[in-house]
Amino acid sequence: MSEEASVSRRHFLAVATGVTGVVGLALTAAPFIASFKPSTRARALGAPVTVDISKLEEGAMVRVVWRGQPVWVLHRSKTMLEALLDSPIGLKDPESNESIQPSYAKNEGRALRLDYLVVIGNCTHLGCAPLERFEVAASDMGPDWPGGFFCPCHGSKFDLAARVMDGSPAPTNLTIPPYRFVGDELVIVGEDSGAAA
Amino acid sequence: MSAGPTGVASTGGGGRGARFIDWIDERFPLTAMMKEHVTEYYAAKSLNIWYVFGVLALVVLILQLVTGIFLTMNYKPSAEDAFASVEYIMREVEWGWLIRYMHSTGASMFFVVVYLHMFRGLMYGSYKAPRELLWVVGMLIYLALMAEAFMGYLLPWGQMSYWGAQVIVSLFGAIPVIGEGLVEWIRGDYFISDITLNRFFAFHVVAVPLALILLVVVHILALHTTGSLNPDGIEIKEKKGPTGIPLDGIAFHPFHTSKDLVVIIVFAIIFASVMFFAPEMGGYFLEHANFEPANLLKTPEHIAPVWYFTPFYAILRAVPSKGWGAFLMLAAIVFLFLLPWLDRCKVKSIRYRGWQFKVALAALAISFVALGVLGLQPATPLVNTGARIFTIIYFAVFLLMPLYTARERTKPVPERVVYHGHE
Repeated sequence: MSEEASVSRRHFLAVATGVTGVVGLALTAAPFIASFKPSTRARALGAPVTVDISKLEEGAMVRVVWRGQPVWVLHRSKTMLEALLDSPIGLKDPESNESIQPSYAKNEGRALRLDYLVVIGNCTHLGCAPLERFEVAASDMGPDWPGGFFCPCHGSKFDLAARVMDGSPAPTNLTIPPYRFVGDELVIVGEDSGAAA
Repeated sequence: MSAGPTGVASTGGGGRGARFIDWIDERFPLTAMMKEHVTEYYAAKSLNIWYVFGVLALVVLILQLVTGIFLTMNYKPSAEDAFASVEYIMREVEWGWLIRYMHSTGASMFFVVVYLHMFRGLMYGSYKAPRELLWVVGMLIYLALMAEAFMGYLLPWGQMSYWGAQVIVSLFGAIPVIGEGLVEWIRGDYFISDITLNRFFAFHVVAVPLALILLVVVHILALHTTGSLNPDGIEIKEKKGPTGIPLDGIAFHPFHTSKDLVVIIVFAIIFASVMFFAPEMGGYFLEHANFEPANLLKTPEHIAPVWYFTPFYAILRAVPSKGWGAFLMLAAIVFLFLLPWLDRCKVKSIRYRGWQFKVALAALAISFVALGVLGLQPATPLVNTGARIFTIIYFAVFLLMPLYTARERTKPVPERVVYHGHE
């Protein structure tokens, strides 16, 4: 074998060995990287939760935990709905085109039934839990405040359909989880099979 | 710099100790290393007080490692037990309160000395050629330190631990396409949970400290390759005496070490004063909201990170867009990495540089501190406006640097370091 052929052969072998080693390392890394994903137990704990709304008065809100996230169930009163449906406040995503919700909640009230708002209470900005500020023109929110939610972390504002108002750092409306009603008394958060009427 | 294995024994005595050192030197370059890095490492005799913060950072690192090991012996990394185990350390473990306050005070003091250390580098041009790599490794240490502090802050599982982690982890959600999946992968769950706490513990006590120690070793080796700079920004290696020793240099040990020792004692006095009399530092070192266990239904009314992160947090908040806010926050750190290449001036030290650099450095320092103060406040419109102004100033200093540093009218740099001691 000539000197040149030998060098190019060695070069080929060195590269081939190197590539094989890198592929092997990448394959070995895969299980370690995958071990970071939610475990079977964590996934199993994401089961649906049932909320009793029979005693929830108009204008009142209850918080439950689903998949470790706060879920709010707000019983919207007539005045709240009136204020919501003809509010002059500018919204970033009024039609909820950029936001996450089941198809049956992609409407102006963002709800299956207009009188109940079911929403995940984690700000779409950086995940804080916004506070309820239902009072119209609340003193700390200014005279234009139509009532809604306010995130104390970075000042995002949402209306009573959890739609984000202009000038907020949050990019989209709050997320609506899948849910369904059982009669007039129960809401099941986390599943909606057969209820998407 | 390899001293022969007989470096010590050749002095003639050949006592028991010297023979023992000889025995080691034949198997491990102990004497050679001591000479290279300690007794025959020459740094300028004109080093001033600004040059002590590297040593102090090393002291705090050791303190954090030791106190951390002892805390691990009583701390339980689970959502169920974490908060109570910290209370247990504070109330029931003998001297546990002292060890924990030493660790929490140490965390803040680490950033105090590191920020001063970095400012020293900026003033005297320690980042400029040939020390670019030294600067970049130092910045990596700063990054590792931020990761270490952030993950350590989740461990007490208080309200601020929880919601702080929620906010910072959510930042990764700003990355297009993979963001949301990445956030879930980091948490290992659909929310900040027991699983997240457990893995942050693993990072905080094993992975990141190992990386930190390794980086510190690389930092010191890089420093000892280029040599320490001095307040005049002069390379002392260029003026060597007949013995090959820099004319303006004195040995690290015993000359610099004896001076450092005094500073370490003063530092220890300050440290102890904080630790004993104001361990919470009015809510700046340990935030009050963190004395309440994590509640995943309720965000504290006012959420702010610990003071050493607030400049970047203020930048994040100043931008009314999630993606751009996170991007600018990252850019604020990336620009620091690029400093050696943004600065086009040949002169190193601020003593001989033009007014442009002095103004820029002052603007950078003022905007960084101002952002830090604003980041501690609730996000009112006034605070946001202020944060926007200082964010613009901060970035302007870096973005315009290639322009104004190229135009500087510098003063002549002296041949030898300026030194007003007892010759």
